[in-house]
Amino acid sequence: MGDNPSGSTNAPAGGPGVTGRHARAAGNGVSPSSYDEPPIGGGGALPKKARFSMETGFRGLSTSAGAMVLVIIVAIAIFLIAKAVPALRANTVNFFSYEQWFPNDAQPKFGIAAIAFGTVLSSVIALIVAVPIALGIALFLSHYAPKRLANPLGFSIDLLAAVPSVVFGLWGRDVFAQPVQDFSIWLNKYFSWIPLFGGDGPFGRSIMLGSLVLAIMVLPIIISLSREVFQQTPTANEEAALALGATKWEMIRTAVLPYGKPGVIAAVMLGLGRALGETIALAMTLGTVFNISFNLIQTGGNSIAANIANTFGEANDTGRGALIASGLVLFAITLVVNMAARAIIYRRREFRDAAA
Amino acid sequence: MSTMTQSDLPGVGMTPGNIRSKKLPLAMNLAVAVVAFGLAAAIVYGFGIGNWVLVVVLGWVLYLVGLLIAASRVEGRRAARNRAWRSLIYSACILAILPLASVVWTLISKGVQRLDGDFFNSSMNNIGARDPGGGAYHAIIGTIQQVGIATIIAVPLGVLGAIYLVEYGRGRFANTVRFFVDVMTGIPSIVAGLFILSFWVLIVSPWFNNGEPRFSGFAAALALSVLMLPTIVRSTEEMLRLVPGPLREGAYALGVPQWKTILKIVVPTALPGIVTGVMLAIARAAGETAPVLLVAGGAAAINFDPFNGNQSSLALFVYQQAGDASKYAPARAWTAALTLVAIVLILTIAAKMLARRNSLTR
Repeated sequence: MGDNPSGSTNAPAGGPGVTGRHARAAGNGVSPSSYDEPPIGGGGALPKKARFSMETGFRGLSTSAGAMVLVIIVAIAIFLIAKAVPALRANTVNFFSYEQWFPNDAQPKFGIAAIAFGTVLSSVIALIVAVPIALGIALFLSHYAPKRLANPLGFSIDLLAAVPSVVFGLWGRDVFAQPVQDFSIWLNKYFSWIPLFGGDGPFGRSIMLGSLVLAIMVLPIIISLSREVFQQTPTANEEAALALGATKWEMIRTAVLPYGKPGVIAAVMLGLGRALGETIALAMTLGTVFNISFNLIQTGGNSIAANIANTFGEANDTGRGALIASGLVLFAITLVVNMAARAIIYRRREFRDAAA
Repeated sequence: MSTMTQSDLPGVGMTPGNIRSKKLPLAMNLAVAVVAFGLAAAIVYGFGIGNWVLVVVLGWVLYLVGLLIAASRVEGRRAARNRAWRSLIYSACILAILPLASVVWTLISKGVQRLDGDFFNSSMNNIGARDPGGGAYHAIIGTIQQVGIATIIAVPLGVLGAIYLVEYGRGRFANTVRFFVDVMTGIPSIVAGLFILSFWVLIVSPWFNNGEPRFSGFAAALALSVLMLPTIVRSTEEMLRLVPGPLREGAYALGVPQWKTILKIVVPTALPGIVTGVMLAIARAAGETAPVLLVAGGAAAINFDPFNGNQSSLALFVYQQAGDASKYAPARAWTAALTLVAIVLILTIAAKMLARRNSLTR
């Protein structure tokens, strides 16, 4: 929602000049004796601006509500740092390179290397699986499906985006784990010469299961965002391509895809942000093993968010601080990804407005 | 659709589809399919390397390759490529529908097992591992209270923030706020939970509780409101921008001050859209598990007081029952998941219906 670049963003409704002047001019009929400047032109009978009025009050209220967003973002960083620092001080090993997680011991030892790796690996695999399929479906909805089919289908995909992640986690653990395990065993039998699919088992609650569940979860988001972008392709571009004798696919490749590219990139980055921060589904499907391994099918894998959800229950003070420190890293990663995505969207918006 | 079809222009129909005289006949298409799947079955069962799933996958790949070759013989390279991409796009659709349909099917078939009055009228208090009963009453109470409080906090802030962005905000500061609202949309829910944990639970709540940190439903509500705020600001902002400028100017011309114009003209005009956005935000917040897990702690008993003591929520109930060793736990988890999805979907569908009746459109 709200991610389609609307052309009117830079053209505020209302208009600043009109609003500002009129707000001051609209008085409640104060007597002319209350001003001390000499009257200028026809506005002489207008009252002076009161020092404090409903207008300034309301303006201040809404400005502070807007500023609240910045306050919250800064507060998140400050409070996470404040609680993370004591735990990091107590840490006896390097936080960034150590792979295990024992913050509750008398000699706390914890490091983010393995779980940060797991977070990035599972998200990247999820996107590699989800993006081509999502783009295919988005193109199907925007250019291939008849309208009678596309509208309800798009509606139900929007609904799927609203399904809570815990439901996908439950499904992944109870239903999807079995086929993935069979598939893993099959892969291991015939493709164990590829390091990704090696290992001696056990197979099941692996990076592959987590990533596939994650892929299914980010699918609706990427579909609905890129579908909107594809639908906005100027009809003139499409018709020009067709008029030059392009086939439908050539039209899509030459007119739709280049036009939608920045929007698709932004959608993918937003999906990546969602995947990186996903907690519960991964906590329910990953095997919770702290190691750095590219093996996709052996039981294992962990992510920052899943680790927080799994180990929060038995954490002591230092343990909590350690989890908050890992949350800070996650916050930083997602902040960078999201800011990059938004920067792309904003650049595209300016480009569109300039072209229009 | 942008393409001119034959019916639009009788006699001139020269679309890419029919400009070429030779087309791949349907029989050929079917023949390729039969050969492909037959070959796949022969390979798979002949070498004994898999089951019917592999047959379908391999057969599909062979069919696509065969179609590409056959079509490029008959129709030419470009048309064949067009055909291949169309098949790929259609198969992407089928591939994605399978797991999503499976989610829906499992949810319903497993969810109805415990869908009885007992489930909605009892809590998990004194329910041991061997007890088949138990329900989600406490969790439903928790969800309603937490989401309700979060809505009360987030809606005024969000709507006022959007009013600032649309009506007052100019220049660098407003652009910064707008940018960070968008960035805040992507903050992971677990980070919001950790923020409230370190801010409210560990620092503020000891003041009220003799120095002991205390979990509460209110803390969960705070975390949820952090998650709802950017969504509400964004959707409200979009709606306020759709209010036509002449409406505002008319009010100004009558001498109405700006704040009154906003409250009496602009916001009521955009109200259906704002409500839609709020409902979508509520639906999203109701499904969040991680923040509730971190700051409300979860509880087995009914707790009506959101400011005092552990609370559960439906999403957290699903998570905890899923991790429970009792053989009755999965059924409870699925029924709770079905309830949760029902609530979320009803809210979402109602919001979309409302959006459809909205007179302000892009």
